[in-house]
Amino acid sequence: MNLQFVVDGFLTGAMIGLGAIGVTLTYSVLRFANFAHGEFLAWGAYATLVIAGLIGAAAGGDIASLGPFSFGWPVLVAGVAAMVLTGLLALALDAVLFRILRARGNAIVMVMASFGASMALRSLLEFIFTGAPAYFSRDIQIAIPLGAGIRVTPDQLLVLGLAVVLVAGMYLVMTRTTIGRAMRAVSENPTLSTVVGVDVERVIRATWLLGGALACAGGIMLGITVQIRPYMGFDLLLPLFAAAILGGIGSMPGAVVGGLIVGLAESAAVPLFGAGFRGAVAFLLLIAVLIVRPTGLFGMRE
Amino acid sequence: MSGTATLSVERLVAGYDPGVPIVRGASIRVEPGEIVALLGANGAGKSTLVKAVAGLVPKFSGAVFLDGAEITRLPGHRLVRRGLAFVPQTENVFARMSIGDNLALAAAVLPHRERHARIDEMYGFFPGIAGRHGLLAGRLSGGERQMLAIARALMVRPRLLILDECSAGLSPKMVETVFVQLQAIRQSGVTILIVEQNVRAALAIADRAYVLADGENRHAGRVAELRNDPAIAELYLGAGRRVEAELR
Repeated sequence: MNLQFVVDGFLTGAMIGLGAIGVTLTYSVLRFANFAHGEFLAWGAYATLVIAGLIGAAAGGDIASLGPFSFGWPVLVAGVAAMVLTGLLALALDAVLFRILRARGNAIVMVMASFGASMALRSLLEFIFTGAPAYFSRDIQIAIPLGAGIRVTPDQLLVLGLAVVLVAGMYLVMTRTTIGRAMRAVSENPTLSTVVGVDVERVIRATWLLGGALACAGGIMLGITVQIRPYMGFDLLLPLFAAAILGGIGSMPGAVVGGLIVGLAESAAVPLFGAGFRGAVAFLLLIAVLIVRPTGLFGMRE
Repeated sequence: MSGTATLSVERLVAGYDPGVPIVRGASIRVEPGEIVALLGANGAGKSTLVKAVAGLVPKFSGAVFLDGAEITRLPGHRLVRRGLAFVPQTENVFARMSIGDNLALAAAVLPHRERHARIDEMYGFFPGIAGRHGLLAGRLSGGERQMLAIARALMVRPRLLILDECSAGLSPKMVETVFVQLQAIRQSGVTILIVEQNVRAALAIADRAYVLADGENRHAGRVAELRNDPAIAELYLGAGRRVEAELR
């Protein structure tokens, strides 16, 4: 059996994991399943595409690729700007929609509203950019053979490296900083958090910003290694939730591990059962986890 | 009594539904350096009153002052910075966080350079949780959790410490330990308001007590006065003769 699926699985898993961190944070801090989260990936990728295009146009158009990679420096600069913008988009969505519903205290209404927001955000992207796929670069990369039948492109290696850096950074934020501890505290007990001096509204804003920014990073990675489409986030929604639930809602390491497991399982399904089964794997994993261990791998009982 | 009280609650009306308030015009006053007990039967409104003071339950009318400054409309998280620390009855530690993170979270209110030293001070004050910095708070016993909850509240160097039923669910030995600790905390200059069902333990360390019934003040006075008034024990301290005997 060709082991290429391992690399593909890690790549897909890294992107799912980054998105799932936002899902798990939103779910644990705000206590609702945000089905609009996948749209942040797509909006982040498109924002990067637009900003990189503007930078390229301002710089005179012909910008060389960065080292062995398929894209130039404008994509990196645009990616950072897009992470901030996507975080702000998430924050804006909360301000105009979720905060109002949260005040009424109905989680089911919030979930339904997130479905509506997801459709609106996706349709807007499709309206602006059409449904045709877009690319950061159309350059063809030569994959590097790593042995055992595994080949990997420089872009894929960069994406894996970036995912590791972002996850490590996020882990440090959650464990070593005041805002990270406050986020963990609010996810466990908002009332006690208030007693300890935590401004819960500030924590909620930080959660949207970080969740949106990480989803954007996942979208950019998907855009670099695959393509950019309005449905790219929506298509990842089930794997994102499967990863978050598999890892244990509220657990950031769980979301990353869950993402890697879902990614590897999806990739392994192709050589084992055929490409048609790829999409079913996340769903089957989700069902299995809910039956066998509802709290997930790293989740704790209430 | 004269001068500025550490806590002054004036004709407070509070609860979860404006149409059915639980606290109905209660007033209490806690002077600097005192330990004051808030007593009463189940449902008297004691816990709701202190939760309202801590900003966790809506206040419909009345006023609350901390060191003379009105704090009635301040949100709970800002009261901590004003020097008011509250220890809830249940779920008073973050069980999924380590002992160290529980204390570090509270330390965020302090200037950065003081945080580590204050955590070390708390470990010195509560040896039962010292040396277990990385242990999950959820793995502690009931008494140890209570110690951690009090340590966490003291992290911010409060002027007023409010404890809601801090003896609930603890063994008699542990109750004694906690109350001895409270006396030591008072010696360090912290004013204390305790809500208690354990009348004997509360009156053993309190200077004064208020008795609430139906969300209103019914009696107030120095502990000795309350001890000598059997009618108060019979009517308002919950279990009639048994409580009266306990008071004696």
